Amino acid sequence: MSAYLKIDHVDKNFERAGTTTEVLKDISLTIDKGEFVSIIGHSGCGKSTLLNLIAGLTRVSAGAVLLENVEVNAPGPERAVVFQNHSLLPWLTVYENVNLAVSKVFSGRKTRAEKHDWVMRNLDLVQMGHAKEKRPSEISGGMKQRVGIARALAMEPKILLLDEPFGALDALTRAHLQDAVMEIHSRLGNTMIMITHDVDEAVLLSDRIVMMTNGPAARIGEVLDVPIPRVRDRIALAADRTYLKSREAVLKFLYERHRFVEAAE
Amino acid sequence: MTATARKSDQATTPETPAASEKSATVVMMVQPSARKLNIRRAATAVCRNVLPPLVVLIALLAIWQIACSGAGATLPPPSQVWIDSYDLIAHPFFDFGPQDIGLAWRVLISLQRVAIGFGLAAVVGVFLGALVGQSVWAMRGLDPIFQILRTVPPLAWLPLSLAAFQNSNPSAIFVIFITSIWPVIINTAVGVRNIPDDYRNIARVLRLNQLEFFIRIMVPAAAPYIFTGLRIGIGLSWLAIVAAEMLTGGVGIGFFIWDAWNSSRLTDIIVALAYIGVTGFVLDKLVGLLGSIVTRGTARN
Repeated sequence: MSAYLKIDHVDKNFERAGTTTEVLKDISLTIDKGEFVSIIGHSGCGKSTLLNLIAGLTRVSAGAVLLENVEVNAPGPERAVVFQNHSLLPWLTVYENVNLAVSKVFSGRKTRAEKHDWVMRNLDLVQMGHAKEKRPSEISGGMKQRVGIARALAMEPKILLLDEPFGALDALTRAHLQDAVMEIHSRLGNTMIMITHDVDEAVLLSDRIVMMTNGPAARIGEVLDVPIPRVRDRIALAADRTYLKSREAVLKFLYERHRFVEAAE
Repeated sequence: MTATARKSDQATTPETPAASEKSATVVMMVQPSARKLNIRRAATAVCRNVLPPLVVLIALLAIWQIACSGAGATLPPPSQVWIDSYDLIAHPFFDFGPQDIGLAWRVLISLQRVAIGFGLAAVVGVFLGALVGQSVWAMRGLDPIFQILRTVPPLAWLPLSLAAFQNSNPSAIFVIFITSIWPVIINTAVGVRNIPDDYRNIARVLRLNQLEFFIRIMVPAAAPYIFTGLRIGIGLSWLAIVAAEMLTGGVGIGFFIWDAWNSSRLTDIIVALAYIGVTGFVLDKLVGLLGSIVTRGTARN
């Protein structure tokens, strides 16, 4: 069986003013359908670039990204992105933000009533149905990110790409949203790839954790399996041995072998 | 009195501290006092915003009256303006034939020209601005040309325009168009260039086509900038129409001034100036108001 998503010997270089910077070097990774994979690394290691490559927002310099054996070379709704800073359109209401995606992705495939139901279903999935008439400026940061997730889910993507989705949230809100994402993952069985720099978040949510070395020319340093059965409960896991061991492994990778040297640049 | 007024000022709802402590009769009394307070507040606002300019206006009129009352004064004092041009001031809407109409009609005719010229400038300007803001090559090619053309004074276009259109009315409209389009283009371009990458990425993920992107993302995202451009543009077009009409003739307010000058009716010119000033002020406020309504939701969050 071939992999659902295959990242095949991908390089990414950026050229600016005649000088070429190698950002990613020889990245290979396969992800199965329904898997939850986290990509973790220090800031500036190119993990967001990797996500953008999968999304098709930036082009690979060498190698290829294949989704169901089709090469990715442009962005599209089958690879929906949840952006770090929610990026809802401020002049649209919560409902209209999700509806923009639904009416575009399902144009000609769903009737008006079906589209409305689908928007509401996705808003209810993230418990935001009650705020559908609100504008983004009227709701909290956590709520905005919920709507951002609803918008991405509403595209019915083959892969959901989360770019540090909880980075800008406080710890309690973040925990709520992590639970919400876990529940959605278990209910819908989506394939999800999440960028994070939070070790606990990675271990709690992921089936596998991809650890990146420091840039420039970052590589995949190690891939860690997290064999904790689902449904996962954050309180029970706090003392779980597999959890603690996984956590330790990631910490050791990040802070012993690939310590981030701030002055390196 | 001031202390109680301030207290109910903090909570105009019936649940002022006094009302919740005491009986229902007190509640009955609080409501009229709150209403009285609203009137008072409105009165205060009027005092704050209307009184100062009124005082200054009266002072200026007084100075003007004194300065122009002496023998040998070249300009008429306000009292003479009132006497000589009373018909124009009191009856803005009279209509006694093709060249003898009230000033309000003349302003409306000028406004009609502005509406056509500025309307065209707004539509074309937003499209061109979007193009310049969106495409690096369009910017490189067009921006220097725009920057040079926008410094050409409005009336410098008029002879060419008259030669091209052979008719005064479309020429005047063209002058308005060419005067007011530049700020619309330039501001729209800046607005489009400032659209956050996130919005562009969303459009790309959703595969919005060019037209959908323009309508759904570009125009609303750039709306605050666009309205800044429109507001500058409408001011410029009102400046241009008066000047253009002085040269092209017809029945607009600009020609009225020129006509009044040729027949030495200085007091009529002064009245016309007041009309022009007030109209320009109202136009500016209207576009500003429209902008604040349209861009209500666009504030960054």
